Amino acid sequence: MAIYLTTESKVLVQGMTGGEGMKHTRRMLAAGTNVVGGVNPRKADRTVDFDDRAVPVFGSVAEGMRATGADVTVVFVPPAFAKAAVVEAADAGIGLAVVITEGIPVHDSVAFTAYAKDKGTRIVGPNCPGLITPGQSNAGIIPADITKPGRIGLVSKSGTLTYQLMYELRDIGFSTCVGIGGDPVVGTTHIDCLAAFQDDPDTELIVLIGEIGGDAEERAAAYIREHVTKPVVGYIAGFTAPEGKTMGHAGAIVSGSSGTAAAKKEALEAVGVSVGSTPTETAKLVLARLEGR
Amino acid sequence: MDLYEHQARELFEEHGILVPRAEVTDSPKEAREIARRLGGRVVVKAQVKTGGRGKAGGVRLVADPAAAELTARQILGMDIKGHTVGKVMLAQPEDIENEFYVSYVLDRAAGRFLAIASAEGGMEIEKVAATRPEAVARIPVDPAEGVTSAKATEIADAAGLPSQAVEVLVRLWEVLVREDAVLVEVNPLVRTKEGRILALDGKVTLDDNARFRQARWGADDTEHDDPLEAAAAAKGLNYVKLDGEVGIIGNGAGLVMSTLDVVAGCGARPANFLDIGGGASAQVMADGLSVILSDPAVKSVFVNVFGGITACDAVADGIVRALETVRLTKPLVVRLDGNNAARGRAILDEHAHPLVQQVTTMDGAAARAAELATTA
Repeated sequence: MAIYLTTESKVLVQGMTGGEGMKHTRRMLAAGTNVVGGVNPRKADRTVDFDDRAVPVFGSVAEGMRATGADVTVVFVPPAFAKAAVVEAADAGIGLAVVITEGIPVHDSVAFTAYAKDKGTRIVGPNCPGLITPGQSNAGIIPADITKPGRIGLVSKSGTLTYQLMYELRDIGFSTCVGIGGDPVVGTTHIDCLAAFQDDPDTELIVLIGEIGGDAEERAAAYIREHVTKPVVGYIAGFTAPEGKTMGHAGAIVSGSSGTAAAKKEALEAVGVSVGSTPTETAKLVLARLEGR
Repeated sequence: MDLYEHQARELFEEHGILVPRAEVTDSPKEAREIARRLGGRVVVKAQVKTGGRGKAGGVRLVADPAAAELTARQILGMDIKGHTVGKVMLAQPEDIENEFYVSYVLDRAAGRFLAIASAEGGMEIEKVAATRPEAVARIPVDPAEGVTSAKATEIADAAGLPSQAVEVLVRLWEVLVREDAVLVEVNPLVRTKEGRILALDGKVTLDDNARFRQARWGADDTEHDDPLEAAAAAKGLNYVKLDGEVGIIGNGAGLVMSTLDVVAGCGARPANFLDIGGGASAQVMADGLSVILSDPAVKSVFVNVFGGITACDAVADGIVRALETVRLTKPLVVRLDGNNAARGRAILDEHAHPLVQQVTTMDGAAARAAELATTA
C-alpha cells in the first residue's frame, strides 16, 4: 500500500536531461523507481543511458504517457519554465506531478496549483524533496538508502528534517515519506497526507514536521481532532526565528504575531499530538508511542 | 522584498492610480526646496519598512518650507522600531472626506489571492477585523480570471466602497500581477472633498523568486541593513543575522531552524541562521565560516550537517579544505551524521585541528557549542 507512490508507479522526469535531472534520475533508478522516460521537446526520440538502463526521451508529457502508461512526473525544470511544464503535465492528465524546482514565483505556483486541481492532477511541491515509499519507489531527491520499509508515515515541509527523522527511526522504517515543500503555496498539504495516511493500512503512526509561517499546522491540528485516529507525533522548527525575516524557505516567515512555532506547537498539543523539542526527542516520542500500543 | 512607501507610490502612479503629489529626499535643504515646489504646506513622512511611523513621530504636517527643512532634519536619522530613517517623502496634504482600506494578500491555505476591503480605512485593518468583522469584506480571486470590472464591483459592493473605487481595484490587481507582488495594500484609500479617489499611503511586497523577470529593483534595493547580511548576500549565502553568540552553519532550511532552537534550548543564543544547502562544498563552507567569524559577538561555531545527497565524507573534506583558507579564531563544534558519517568523522579526526571538536549527536553538539559560548 503506502500513499501516492508504489511499486506500480510509472515515472516520467521533466527536465531529465539537465544536470540535476540526470543526477537524480540515476539515483531514482538505483532506488528501484520505474523511470519510464524523460521529457524534453528539443531532445525527443533519443535515449539516455543510465548504467544498465536506456531511458527514452519524449517530446511531451502526453506522448510519454501514451507510450509508457506513466502516471507520475517529477519536474526538475528551471523556475522560469516550471509553470508551463506543470500545465502541460496537467493537460496530459497525469495523476501526480512532483515539483522539485526551488524559486518559482508565487503567481506561477498559484496559477498551476489551481489549474492542476481542476484537471484532477495532484501536485507535490513546489520547492520540495519529493516523496519516497522505501523499497518500492522514489520520486524526487530524498536519499533512498537512509531507511527501509516500515510502519511510520511522515509528512514534512523540510527536506533535511525529513532525512534526519528517517535516519533516527531507520530501524523501524517508513510506509511513505512526503516532503510537501517550504513555499507559501503548495499543492499537497499536511492535511492531504494525514487523510491518506489515516486510510493507509501500512501506516501505524504519523510523523508531522512543520515550521514557522502560515497556519498549515494549526489547520492540520483541527483536522486531526476530527478525522485522525492513528497516533501523531509532531516537530516544529523555528522557535527562535525573529519576526519578519525569511528563514531559508520562502514560506518560513513569522508575520506580526502569526505563523509562530509556539502557536503551532500549542495547537497540535491541544489535540493530543506529542510534540518533540528536538528531532532526537521527537524520534524517542515515536518509539514510545509505538511501544505503548 | 518590501518596498518603501515612495516606491509603492511610484508603482501605483505608473499603473494609473491617483496619488498625492510628492517627492523624496535624504537632505533637509532639499526638503525645503521640495516643500516650496509643492506649495509650502506639506506632510513630511519618514521612509521606513515598518508600521507605526505616525505614533513614533515620523509623520508630521508642516506649514511652510522652513518648517519642512527643520522637521526633515529631525526625522532623518531617527530610529523607528530598529529602522533608521534614511529618506523622507514630502507630500501635498489632501482634504479628506472618507478613508477606505483595500488590499490583495496571499491566502496561503487556499493557495490564491484574497481581496480585503473596508469602508473603515485609516487604522490597522487587523483591529477593524477584530472588533467589527462585518466591516471587512474578504473575497477570494480566481487566479485564471483575475480582477475584472465585474469582480471589482463585487468587492466594492461587499465592502461598501464608492463606485469610483472599482477602477482602483482593477488597477491595483494589475500592480499585483505585472510587478509580481505578493502583497499590495492601500491604507488609506481616500475620497477627497473634491471627490477624487487617491492612494494616500501604500505597502507593496515583491516576490523575491520573481527577480529573474522583474529587472526594475536593483541590488541596492535589497534590505540588508546589517553589514554581515550584506556581506553574506554578496557571496550568495542564505544568512540571517541574529543577536546571540553561537554561530550556526547547517544544510537545509528546516535543519538550520531546528539547530537554532536546540542551541537556544541549551541556554545560549544563536548568532545567525546560515543554510549552506545540500552541496556543502569547500568554497561555500569557507565563505560561511568567514562571514560568521567576522561577527564579533560569536564565541563558538556549530556546524550541523546531515549527510543526505552529499555524504559526510565529502562534507568533512569540504570543512578541511575550508580551514586551509579561513583562519579559525573560535572553537568549532562539528556534528556529522547520516551517509558515511563514520568516514567523515575519521577525516576530521585525522586532520586534528586544535580548535575543532566533534560530537556525534545534534543535541550533544548543541550543548557543547552553547557551553563554549557561555563560558568563553
